[in-house]
Amino acid sequence: MSENPYQPNLATIENIKEEVGGERAIKTFRLKFQDKNLQNNFMFQPGQCAMVSLLGKGECMFAISSSPTKKGYIEVSVMRHGKVTKALHEAEVGDVVGVRGPYGNNFDMKGWKGKNIVFIGGGIGQAPLRCLIDYVLDNKKDYGKLDVIYGARTTEDISFKDEFAELEKRKDVSVHLSIDVKEDGWKKFVGFVPDNLLKVKPSPKNTIAVTCGPPIMIKFVIQNLEKLGFNDDQIFTTLEMRMKCGIGKCGRCNIGNLYVCKDGPVFSYRELKKLQGER
Amino acid sequence: MSGYILSKDNLPKFITEIMGKNKVFAPVEVNDETYFKEIKNPKDINMKYDNSKLPPKSLLFCQTETLFKFTPGTKVKIQPPDINNSKKAIFGIRPCDAKSFFIIDPVFKEDFEDPFYVTRRDNMLLVGLSCTNPYPNCFCTSFNDSPASSKHVDILLTDIGEKYFVEVNSEKGKKIVKSSLFKPATKADETKKKEVEKKAVNSITRFQKIDKIDEKLDKIFENHFWKEIADKCLRCGTCTYLCPTCHCFDIQDESTMIEGGRVRIWDTCMIPEYTLQASGYNPRPTRANRVRNRVYHKYNYYPKNLDVIACVGCGRCIEGCPVNIDIIDVVTRAGEVKP
Repeated sequence: MSENPYQPNLATIENIKEEVGGERAIKTFRLKFQDKNLQNNFMFQPGQCAMVSLLGKGECMFAISSSPTKKGYIEVSVMRHGKVTKALHEAEVGDVVGVRGPYGNNFDMKGWKGKNIVFIGGGIGQAPLRCLIDYVLDNKKDYGKLDVIYGARTTEDISFKDEFAELEKRKDVSVHLSIDVKEDGWKKFVGFVPDNLLKVKPSPKNTIAVTCGPPIMIKFVIQNLEKLGFNDDQIFTTLEMRMKCGIGKCGRCNIGNLYVCKDGPVFSYRELKKLQGER
Repeated sequence: MSGYILSKDNLPKFITEIMGKNKVFAPVEVNDETYFKEIKNPKDINMKYDNSKLPPKSLLFCQTETLFKFTPGTKVKIQPPDINNSKKAIFGIRPCDAKSFFIIDPVFKEDFEDPFYVTRRDNMLLVGLSCTNPYPNCFCTSFNDSPASSKHVDILLTDIGEKYFVEVNSEKGKKIVKSSLFKPATKADETKKKEVEKKAVNSITRFQKIDKIDEKLDKIFENHFWKEIADKCLRCGTCTYLCPTCHCFDIQDESTMIEGGRVRIWDTCMIPEYTLQASGYNPRPTRANRVRNRVYHKYNYYPKNLDVIACVGCGRCIEGCPVNIDIIDVVTRAGEVKP
């Protein structure tokens, strides 16, 4: 008999990092599988997801926000929003969670070798991009010029602040942060992410653009990428949907005939355009 | 079509033989309705049933299923489930309901195999019973299926008067007809079966036009038609619970402070909560979105992914819908909408 794909492996919360406080709090949880063998053999690619659960509370799908180049743990970055994420935010270091995965497809890291990459994130949408950025920086010689564009509603809402500060110090990455509404002391861009993208104006030449954020942001980012001359095969996004099984059976995360959990979450704009369905 | 004969006098003996090796589920009458229930006595079976109120789907894909048990809190432990692999048989399953298993098989068998469904499926014997008296809303023939088809069962019984004509369709079936209760059929028996089948086929009066329906649906996704169709939907979900091919489910944790289980429950795509995200965003907020998704899932997405329409024409959703949303009518009209 096959093994039970719904049964998670137990992992211990090794570290909790508070990324954002307040109403829309975000925390990054570092998880280590209790089974050492599994921890050493847990292979995933940037873009893939994992089902994380608190037993008794429920289960949610999250993008793995740490890079596979960082060994010995995986991380998920979680915004406090629903029943399970609220419970997760109350968890402490040493608590045990269930983890199953990795699930879904991934960014084409091999195919993108030799190309420039523009990362365009909004809010908690940075989580899968964080994994991707770390991966690319750990394999920097394989990739060209890197631009990181990120925006949040307010300075309070900027996730991974310390990591952006580190990135800003590097010479091999350009970071372009923004907030939606003006605040005292903020000297960087004020406005929405798609507008900041137009201001940064990355060249489409030999470049891949990857975006993740709220659906409305993704929509306008893609429009503006097209204005800048990016074609359908140069634009990638990673999507989310409500999910229960994560393995293409429970039915709810479909866009048209594809399941985001299994056939996604990473889609090129060419694939998305062909796909007729609610998203 | 080489067949066998089982005399009606020998039917109870045959059922007893099956009961000797399997837990047998069969159509049983309860308050004027037929349901698939475990039987203890061959006499309990209603061999003349019209259509069961519910499909026998729940015998493979349980309405609730504990995926595993656990100890919550600080000393977390997971206890794997006991997956029951005992032999079971569905006696008297209709060809349409048997086809529904074939349709949902890939969902549970492919990619990440679902051990709950697959274990039951592998240990399930299907003894079919031809439908000789189709319901007014039956339309299996629209899919080129027959109410007397043996295609998706191990053996098929067809009532041809004083006896049953028996067709064998699998290795499991071959073993069964080795019993001395089965005699070789004559040409006349075979002709009689064909007559009975033809009569059943001819008594089906409703037809759904499905010619190139997947391609036609591709062109009318944004059409106002879906709003018109969905306007009367009460989002009760009855269609999905009665449907033999609906396979959507929810997963919930049921737990006290001491023990708990992760439980899978049938779900329905007809309610907004089905796709509602924690942020409040919902990709399918309207009834038109949801009704359209259900129709597309069966008549467009399924054909694209698995090359089969995910409807068997049992008519249960038509019988059960409190506001008379009629899938035959909806799909036929959808095919006629001008893009």
